Amino acid sequence: MTEVVSIASRVSAHETLRGSAGRGHIRIDGVSIVFGSGRAAHQAVTSTTLDIRPGEFVCILGPSGCGKSTLLNSIAGYVRPSTGEISVDGEAVSGPGPDRGMVFQQYSLFPWKTIRENIAFGPKVGGRSATECGSIANTFLEMVGLTKFANAYPAELSGGMQQRVGIARALANYPSVLLMDEPFGALDAQTRLMMQESLLNIWSEFGTTVVFVTHDVDEAIFLADRILIMSASPGSVIADLKVPLARPRSLEVETSEAFMELKRSCHEKIRAESLRAFQQQAQ
Amino acid sequence: MQKALRETVAYTASPPSAGPAQAAHPPVDAPPKSDGSQAARSVQAAVTHALAALRGNAYGLAVGTLGLFIGIVLWHLATTHSVDFYVNFANVPPPVQVLDALIRHLQDLRFYVHIQVSVQRIATGFLLATLLGVLLGTLMGRSRLGRALFYPYIEVLRPIPAVAWIPLAILMWPTDEASIVYITFLGALFPIVINTMHGVEQAPEVLVRAAKSLGASRMQIFWHVIFPSALPSITTGLAVGMGVSWFSLLAGEIISGQYGIGYFTWNAYSLINYPDIIVGMLVTGALGTISTYLVRLGARPLLKWQRKAR
Repeated sequence: MTEVVSIASRVSAHETLRGSAGRGHIRIDGVSIVFGSGRAAHQAVTSTTLDIRPGEFVCILGPSGCGKSTLLNSIAGYVRPSTGEISVDGEAVSGPGPDRGMVFQQYSLFPWKTIRENIAFGPKVGGRSATECGSIANTFLEMVGLTKFANAYPAELSGGMQQRVGIARALANYPSVLLMDEPFGALDAQTRLMMQESLLNIWSEFGTTVVFVTHDVDEAIFLADRILIMSASPGSVIADLKVPLARPRSLEVETSEAFMELKRSCHEKIRAESLRAFQQQAQ
Repeated sequence: MQKALRETVAYTASPPSAGPAQAAHPPVDAPPKSDGSQAARSVQAAVTHALAALRGNAYGLAVGTLGLFIGIVLWHLATTHSVDFYVNFANVPPPVQVLDALIRHLQDLRFYVHIQVSVQRIATGFLLATLLGVLLGTLMGRSRLGRALFYPYIEVLRPIPAVAWIPLAILMWPTDEASIVYITFLGALFPIVINTMHGVEQAPEVLVRAAKSLGASRMQIFWHVIFPSALPSITTGLAVGMGVSWFSLLAGEIISGQYGIGYFTWNAYSLINYPDIIVGMLVTGALGTISTYLVRLGARPLLKWQRKAR
């Protein structure tokens, strides 16, 4: 992945990339989220309190339906907590906003806009001039190595390329927080590994806070500073693990002893939790 | 119980860890390298592709022409032999007579006035229908109140044929011209409203969310997300609406006047000039086809992204 490794030397607006460093302090304070009401009420997230430091890379790991996406969506501002409060850099989250960039699982690029227009969308609706939008788009096209595809439409790109555009589009607003909802879940295993390395390189440039939702243990350990394991019914964080692997990381790290150790520990916790849920349902 | 099992499976379904060799591979989704030989090959491929497309088109054109020719021959035989087998061809003019009448009219300036008047009426009615139809359709697709308010009108009025509107149109509008435009307008309106509504409704939620998180306002979301995503559907509505508009034209032009291709057709019937009836019908059909094609052609630059998707 030499193409992405050398971004630092290639991105001309290098200084501005670091603009988001030091920001992105997320506080989740006693948040619970209930969908529906009365007998149909479903508790998606149970009183959760978390503190995510600026610049931290956090993975939320859990099975489908455990409420991890709901928690992410509440940080994004799509879902309003039933109780408690979420704040970013001291400001309460009341709805979606450009300070929190979002990367979705797939098919979230505007199909009628070219790659350049997709990336420039945030700055454009934010009221920046056409020249500024153009130079921001160029910076980020270069960052994700898709300059050649600037005028292509999303449908002409592979899944991996589309997700790189998705990341570039979210970062073009210089958000303090990057929220990623299983962004590589729909990619094939090969492409996914490449994307993980690529993301780490981009993140090291940016220093922005990342909250990354996944159900893949390897992915979580490879990427994160810290892993939050969530369990289903009711959705809550059951473990908060530090990842003691040095950075920069390359794929070889996945065969290291520390990696294996953490993986074993994650699986153990998840297994215990699954068994508990299993017994609960059998009753 | 099944749920718990599935959850356990989800955890174990992670890809196996990669060895050092894996990292050396080039990215799977990297842009293709373009050297000289590859460029030449891609040009060759494009030429082959274009030739194949041309051959496909020529084939379609040949079959279409042959089909039309067979139809005309059958029409000719049926009329010259005065076939009367349930359907009576005794009074139907043969194609040669129709062609003769058509050539005669094409040399007559008044015939072009008929066409011009009709085209103007269609253009006015269609334009008004487009404006109101897209507006109403958008309101109905985006707002629950809008839908509750307008949907009953659309559903009740939609099945009423253009001819049934004639008496009321005459009573309601100050001039005959306005009545005729009103009837062509109605014809185009319903397909445009319905298709716009469906198009607007189907704007993918994930794109709306993406736009919100990028900081777009409600109006910006409408212009950059909802409207473009509804455009293919709106275009279909416009194309169908244009067809129905021509379809309603004759009903409108029965009302009155001295001009219009519908009036021309209806007048030919009153004058028992059978070849002219068919000339009027064929010209209506041709103009309808051409204008529908123009609508699609006009929308094409806006839908460029869709053709690339394949």
